[in-house]
Amino acid sequence: MLRYLLRRMGFLALTIIVTSLIIFTIAQVLPGDVCRVILGREVGDQALADCREDLGLDDPLVVRYVTWLSDFAQGDWGTSYSTRTEIRPQVMDRLRNSMMLAAVTLVIAVPISTLLGVIAGFNEGKPVDNVISISSLAVVGLPEFVTGIFLIEIFGHWLGWFPPNSSIRAGTSFQEALPSLILPAFTATFVLLAYVARLTRAGVLEELKRPYVRTAALKGLPRATVMIKHVLRNALLPTITVLAISFGWLISGLIVIENVFNYPGLGRLMTFAIDRRDLPLLQAVTMLTVIGFAAANLGADLLYAYLNPRIRVGE
Amino acid sequence: MSDKTAPVLAIQDLTVGYQTRNGIIEAVRDVSLEIRKGQTYGLVGESGSGKSTLALAVMRYLSANGEVRKGSITFNDRDLLDMSTNELRQVWGKEISLVPQDPFSSLNPSIKIGEQLAEALRQHTNLNAGEAATQSVDLLKDVRIADPENVADKYPHQISGGMQQRVMIAMALSTEPNLLVLDEPTTALDVTTEAAVLDLFRELVYERQTSALYVTHNLGVVAGISDRVAVLYASELVEDAPTKDLFAQPLHPYTRGLLDSVPRLGQRKDERPLQGIPGSIPGLQQLPTGCVYADRCPLAIDICFDERPPLDTPVEGRRVRCHRWPEILSGEIDARRADVEAIAVEDYSSQPLLDLDDVEVHYPVGQSLVDTVRREEPQVVKAVDGVDLTVGTRRTLGIVGESGSGKTSLARAIIGLVARTGGEIELLDMALPPELNTRGKDVLRHLQIVFQNPDEALNPYMTVGEILRRPFVNLLDESRQAADEKVAELLQAVRLPAEYTERRPPQLSGGEKQRVAIARAFAANPDLMLADEPVSALDVSVQASVLNLLNELQIENASTTLFISHDIGVVAYLSDEIAVMYLGNLMEVTDADQLFDVPYHPYTEALLSAVPAPDPSVKKERIRLEGDIPSAIDVPTGCPFHTRCPRFLGDVCVDEKPPWQTAPNGKRIYCHIPVEELMDIQKPVVKFEE
Ligand SMILES: Nc1ncnc2c1ncn2[C@@H]1O[C@H](COP(=O)(O)OP(=O)(O)O)[C@@H](O)[C@H]1O
Ligand code: SF4
Ligand code: SF4
Ligand SMILES: [Mg+2]
Repeated sequence: MLRYLLRRMGFLALTIIVTSLIIFTIAQVLPGDVCRVILGREVGDQALADCREDLGLDDPLVVRYVTWLSDFAQGDWGTSYSTRTEIRPQVMDRLRNSMMLAAVTLVIAVPISTLLGVIAGFNEGKPVDNVISISSLAVVGLPEFVTGIFLIEIFGHWLGWFPPNSSIRAGTSFQEALPSLILPAFTATFVLLAYVARLTRAGVLEELKRPYVRTAALKGLPRATVMIKHVLRNALLPTITVLAISFGWLISGLIVIENVFNYPGLGRLMTFAIDRRDLPLLQAVTMLTVIGFAAANLGADLLYAYLNPRIRVGE
Repeated sequence: MSDKTAPVLAIQDLTVGYQTRNGIIEAVRDVSLEIRKGQTYGLVGESGSGKSTLALAVMRYLSANGEVRKGSITFNDRDLLDMSTNELRQVWGKEISLVPQDPFSSLNPSIKIGEQLAEALRQHTNLNAGEAATQSVDLLKDVRIADPENVADKYPHQISGGMQQRVMIAMALSTEPNLLVLDEPTTALDVTTEAAVLDLFRELVYERQTSALYVTHNLGVVAGISDRVAVLYASELVEDAPTKDLFAQPLHPYTRGLLDSVPRLGQRKDERPLQGIPGSIPGLQQLPTGCVYADRCPLAIDICFDERPPLDTPVEGRRVRCHRWPEILSGEIDARRADVEAIAVEDYSSQPLLDLDDVEVHYPVGQSLVDTVRREEPQVVKAVDGVDLTVGTRRTLGIVGESGSGKTSLARAIIGLVARTGGEIELLDMALPPELNTRGKDVLRHLQIVFQNPDEALNPYMTVGEILRRPFVNLLDESRQAADEKVAELLQAVRLPAEYTERRPPQLSGGEKQRVAIARAFAANPDLMLADEPVSALDVSVQASVLNLLNELQIENASTTLFISHDIGVVAYLSDEIAVMYLGNLMEVTDADQLFDVPYHPYTEALLSAVPAPDPSVKKERIRLEGDIPSAIDVPTGCPFHTRCPRFLGDVCVDEKPPWQTAPNGKRIYCHIPVEELMDIQKPVVKFEE
């Protein structure tokens, strides 16, 4: 188990370094002189040279990469070109918002989607299964902005249950933010739902075929015990892993949803940074995203290993 | 056992059907049988004969597309077929238990062994959690698991296959059921483990007077443990008799065929060849109107093709479904085939064809970055760890050993499919380099191999004709036309119809595929034929004819065979010389004639004692091995067998590699015990009573 853990961590570190290299390189090869972007077109040569000197743009690439990475690691993420403020507090605030949204989404999505998948799996081929399978497929076909706008119209404007606009101020507490989180979270749930439900259903069907289910049934155990204690434990393993991985996606991948709801998460910050050609901001957000993904993957691996005795206590 | 008592299980006229795409097939037809208290009923037949269907019907656990179409199953005077699922839950695991074939997949991978036992106890007794846990440990002790507390706390993947099967037996017996249904419980196990599990079965089941339905394809197992035997063929019960009577005088030609398909211990190819059964089991879609066995039966007459024979009672306590039983009973006719003759090679040359010198095959095991950083010793699997062996021209050398002993790796190293990591191999005085791609084409045609699983060896998209033509064209550079003629000859030699050139492997039965693989191997007229478990995946009736075929072709082609098998009976039948292998090392090399004579290597002694003899009149010394075969990563020091050796001497076996000794009868034995002493302390393991 220790060896497994070390291997996964090493892998994680490698992923982060490789992607940081890619991010750095892409940022460097993007056309346009950064100092011109900062100072405007009409600037004099001396000011430009000073600016280049300041930003270390004339150093060799390797030096600049190492400086950038070590600064990043030490929490010095630089100043945003467009807002002229320190990047870190901004990004951290957005990260917190994104995590709140991700958490609420998982709280809604996990029980609903796994339950639907389990019900469908245990009733393979029966009407319930067909209804679940078909309707979840139908839902997955809808783009996020369609479901999002639909929810805003119904629950935001018409019924007025939740605010139609989820733009919250920086530092808003979770309780205060919660009503604003519900609609975007449901929209994200729709995206996850079909996928997770189908995965769970497949997991259940796969496990039901295994001979140990027969052993359990032929012990005379009640059907509920066979299903919950024996089958679910194994059937949900892949689902749990996928959900853990999807946490990474939820933090940074909700670009469309955040835009539809005006929700200030990392996704919108990234759109903003791209819009303004704000390289330091973009680099910081992307790095954070990558770290988030990698951490979610590691979390998923560890969870899988923990839940699966064949890895936890390998022989 | 008195037959007057009421039966525990009574099956009456049972017919079970499966819904398939091509309509309903009947996997069990009109089967009746009764199992009495304390009786073990053997149920034998080839794969596809309906054994498991019958067993699962008794469990009331047929798969979703299966249903009982006719008949009744009565258990302790209650109608099993009439029970609701809720009622069945009171019976399952409490009064009737199942021991399945594959213990590993039959245990839940993520629940500890102890809990898997305890939950059944909690369900059917009023033990509380603590008491159930304690009793689980006791149950493990009952099935002779050393260190039961520890095992109870493990997950299934942490214990060996033999131990898993003991756990399954413990589970099945935990609530002292009246009836045990066992579906090939030892088929997945090695012989030494199988022997120990069968001993256990005998003790526990006899002791508790539990009735048992024991399904197996292995006549040897049936001979050893059951009171009565029912023979199933193509869904029908064709014969049913007390075990001794069945083996002494089978009345149905199919039973005779089955018995003559497996070598009896000591039976040799050049004295009494195996008979085998030609053809294969008919498809259940369209069963013949007459006798289901008619197209394979040597005694079939006109009536057999027209009229289905009734299940008669020739003598009290026996039943047979055959028109001609009266003549068979009186001895007028005999289903033994006359067309199989013994053939033997007389003119062996003493010249060695293949010479192995200290051959070693070590596989590296997953060396990760982390291991390198932690500076751990690189681990290797020592699959073959120094084998010296010489095979004489035109001889058959058999290599026998349990799974994991390194037989396959040795064969693959000889043919070059794995590169050996040490030692020399010479074929016809040519040195063979380790890697296949550095061996010339001329070397390739001298060496051919037949694998256990013909499915892996034959390209499913090529026709049989294309498959067989390739060696002629590729290895022998013959013209297409010449090749086609040779292909026709080959098909004839392996007794396949000429039309088969147009078929593809998926359209053939297992036995037919193996014939094609054998034909291809012999196409290039190789000097050395490696056969790695060539019959292990085949049904016994087919096994015999494939073995005979290998023997005939070898004689015709004047080739030499290296025959690998875990089945010592088959090896003894086919080989001239036998090498016994354990954990990558040879333990004993003997002439096949002397295999059963003292002295033995202690491992050979245990192997011979473990092999289930398909003959109740054979008596064997009981020698059982403790524990499991160690991992090939940690081969024990000194004598590799010392961790399990029943004749373990002491420190010398742990510290020093044993010497090779030669016994007066020419056997070579790798052991510290002097051969004179072995001859003194050992008795012949197998006694034949005629
Ligand atoms: N490619 C391989 N890599 C690692 N280990 C292997 C490989 N092939 C076989 N082994 C190991 O080598 C040992 C001997 O296996 P094998 O040659 O297949 O013996 P047998 O034919 O008697 O079953 C076993 O422990 C097996 O797990
Ligand atoms: S009925 Fe005829 S074909 Fe069938 S087993 Fe008897 S003799 Fe053979
Ligand atoms: S050397 Fe020792 S351990 Fe090995 S077989 Fe002989 S007696 Fe047994
Ligand atoms: Mg093998």
